[in-house]
Amino acid sequence: MLMPPPDSAALEAAPEFVAALRAALGPDNVMSDPRAMRPYESDGLTAYRQIPLAVALPRSTAEVSAALKIAHRFGIKVVPRGAGTSLSGGALPLADGLLLGLGKLNRILDIDLSNRCAVVQPGVTNLAISHAVAGDGFYYAPDPSSQIACSIGGNVAENSGGVHCLKYGLTTNNLLGLEIVLMDGEIIRLGGKHLDSGLYDLMGLFTGSEGLLGVITEVTVRLLRRPEKARALLAGFATSEAAGAAVAAIIGAGIIPAGMEMMDRPAIHAAEDFVHAGYPLDAEALLIVELDGPQVEVDDLIARVSAIAVSHGGKGLRISESEAERLLIWAGRKAAFPAIGRISPDYYCMDGTIPRSRLPEVLARMTQLSAFHNLRVANVFHAGDGNLHPLILYDANKPGELEAAEAFGADILRLCVEVGGVLTGEHGVGVEKRDLMPTMFNEVDLQQQMRVKCAFDDGNLLNPGKVFPSLQRCAEMGAMHVRGGQLPHPELPRF
Amino acid sequence: MDLAPRTPQELVDIIAAAAADGVPLGLSGQGTKRDWGRSVSFARQVTLRGFSGIVDYAPAELVLTAGAGTPLAEIEQALAAEGQHLAFEPPDLGPLFGRGANQATIGGVLATNLSGSRRPFAGAARDFFLGFSGVNGRGEVVKAGGKVVKNVTGYDLPKLIAGSFGTLIALTEITIKVVPAPETSCSAVLDAVAPDMANACMTQALGSTADPSGAAYLPDRQLVFRLEGSGPSVAYRLQVLTDLLRRDMRVLAEAPSRELWREIRDLKPLKVQNDEIAWLLSAPPVAFSGDLCKLAEQLPGLRFLVDWGGGRIWLTHGLTALDPAMRAVHSLLRQGGHATLVKAPADWRQSDLVFSPDVPVALLQKVRAAFDPMRLFNRGRLHTDL
Repeated sequence: MLMPPPDSAALEAAPEFVAALRAALGPDNVMSDPRAMRPYESDGLTAYRQIPLAVALPRSTAEVSAALKIAHRFGIKVVPRGAGTSLSGGALPLADGLLLGLGKLNRILDIDLSNRCAVVQPGVTNLAISHAVAGDGFYYAPDPSSQIACSIGGNVAENSGGVHCLKYGLTTNNLLGLEIVLMDGEIIRLGGKHLDSGLYDLMGLFTGSEGLLGVITEVTVRLLRRPEKARALLAGFATSEAAGAAVAAIIGAGIIPAGMEMMDRPAIHAAEDFVHAGYPLDAEALLIVELDGPQVEVDDLIARVSAIAVSHGGKGLRISESEAERLLIWAGRKAAFPAIGRISPDYYCMDGTIPRSRLPEVLARMTQLSAFHNLRVANVFHAGDGNLHPLILYDANKPGELEAAEAFGADILRLCVEVGGVLTGEHGVGVEKRDLMPTMFNEVDLQQQMRVKCAFDDGNLLNPGKVFPSLQRCAEMGAMHVRGGQLPHPELPRF
Repeated sequence: MDLAPRTPQELVDIIAAAAADGVPLGLSGQGTKRDWGRSVSFARQVTLRGFSGIVDYAPAELVLTAGAGTPLAEIEQALAAEGQHLAFEPPDLGPLFGRGANQATIGGVLATNLSGSRRPFAGAARDFFLGFSGVNGRGEVVKAGGKVVKNVTGYDLPKLIAGSFGTLIALTEITIKVVPAPETSCSAVLDAVAPDMANACMTQALGSTADPSGAAYLPDRQLVFRLEGSGPSVAYRLQVLTDLLRRDMRVLAEAPSRELWREIRDLKPLKVQNDEIAWLLSAPPVAFSGDLCKLAEQLPGLRFLVDWGGGRIWLTHGLTALDPAMRAVHSLLRQGGHATLVKAPADWRQSDLVFSPDVPVALLQKVRAAFDPMRLFNRGRLHTDL
């Protein structure tokens, strides 16, 4: 993966830059020793590593602002980082850039149960928010699988999802307010404890902007009353078509489950061998459906889901009668990634979304691609919303296998776009899918997005080299020449 | 006579001509909400209603793609036939502005981020806006977002376009998330409730497992909760609500309940008269209180309809002076929030406080310039400098 070439002027200015940061943030909060910076060299996409120019760990919004002002003055790039759990390389450092770690901003500032919201700093973990309000029967709904470690600031930057987002939405649907520091150090506040502020929805724009528009320093999240009851159902199917038809029938019956997960045969076997959850080993596809809400509602709906599963050929049905049984049904699914890790030295997790009706075709083509690249693949799938997580098995110690895995992954994502889907459902573009962006967006679409970046960061200093496959200077894109009724780029096809 | 392009190329040509002549364009769908915003008029008015018709609707995928000018009624009808609906239940504001009912287009609804009573529980229009195609102020055909329900590829530009009042992109095609309509519903009505008590009841109910999908306080001091879902669930949650509030309540069965919430959605209980002013406030839910009634001295004929469990207040009153009215309304936002002047005479609507921006206008200008550098679309509608 090619990153922008290091800027020699930035490297030369480094000592002076670091001294200015130390003066502003205190010497203990700035690092420039490569050994001390080693823990920051990569995020969850560990295939890519880079020691940054320096690491700053601000303790307040004012310090974030001060650090950005200094970087802006020196013209030095900045990569923001939450807990570093990104799977797409969103927090991959730059050799000539400052890594801005938000981990010290880790306080819960306000819990307001009357308004059903909490105000937290960006370094607070996703799960810590739910823990803080659990005693009062509330929780924060989005639950990415890394929720024990991932930070809420990172969740906002990536618009994180989770198993329950079909019913409860992504991060963007569960926010009320943000405080942001722009690249020039300006602090802005968006929203608050109220909904829908009017004028441009900058909060919606910032959510999922992958650290390219501003640094998040405070988040106001919505809290929900924890459902009284949750029950899970498990069923095996002889084909992915049958499992997919069952999913469509459940939604067709007007039921939006809290979670609806599918696994293919390789994933079922890996998970069963690992956790012995009692998954059906003769099934080609396994479906887990979770219903939550009041007991009467859950009992009613799970009976209906069960009937739909049976009528679509579901075998070996299990319905949880206790919390222990529910957790056992989930155990295999939740352990799917480490289970794959047991049977392969390395694996590469992909994240595309497809129209669910195209699933059988996509799985068949994926089998062909698996043979072509000579690498195994296992699939876990957020079946309700069509979000696929193919896990490509490879061995990084075998020459060429990492490259083959990446090529296989790129083929899968191209396939997702080809059938009407998208490159990423919840992990973000980062560096990982950056060069695939043109499969989904043409040059004009991408320039439109880059112009939005220019509105907030005209020097292209915030997290450059992520999301967009090419770097263009804002001044070049901003000009609009109109001559004789001809608009810019008359040579470009408009459709 | 409005310009009515039927293809993206025709729209591109209109924009190119406007750019060459330096003449701004008024953009609208059917124009039902044309009087919402600062009073501006345009020599060239463009309607996008020519981009009409459902392009693709896959109920099992929970996705619908349509021309931006497609009548909302047509979409609602197609969804109803499949047992689905728009969970954000957009209000029909046509009659508020003295225009016809049932005229709105889906593009107009999205461009104004118009959401009804289910907003705090199901999401706003912006939460269901998945993707679009349109033409920017540079005359470029641009698409963003996607046609699947879960997507984080690139910036979430649909969020930015939602509520931008046609100042960023001339929408030609939109993709929205649709969901199953509730199987059944009912309402609990509490009569003669004082405002502070109404607020306390709403806070209790919204923090409980009664899980209402509507909580409104009407001008005649009725407090109404809506419960939706499967039959057993609704019956159970009605009991939860009864036990929780311990007050006399009437239960409305499904048909009258639906009718009541349709009226609330379209602001009928407020009975806004032609010459009256209407404001829309968004505030922290518990901030709503009896203080509202004290404004009656400053705002003649004051009535209010509280929705979103206290989080949204529609205010209406008779004609008075602008500045004191503005101060009175904004005094309600001491705990934060936002006020929009929705309906007022043209001279009131020359103020930049119509949308009262709460972020620096200079930043909004840069965002606008990223789409429409010559400010061709709906110039001045949101702010003098936008």
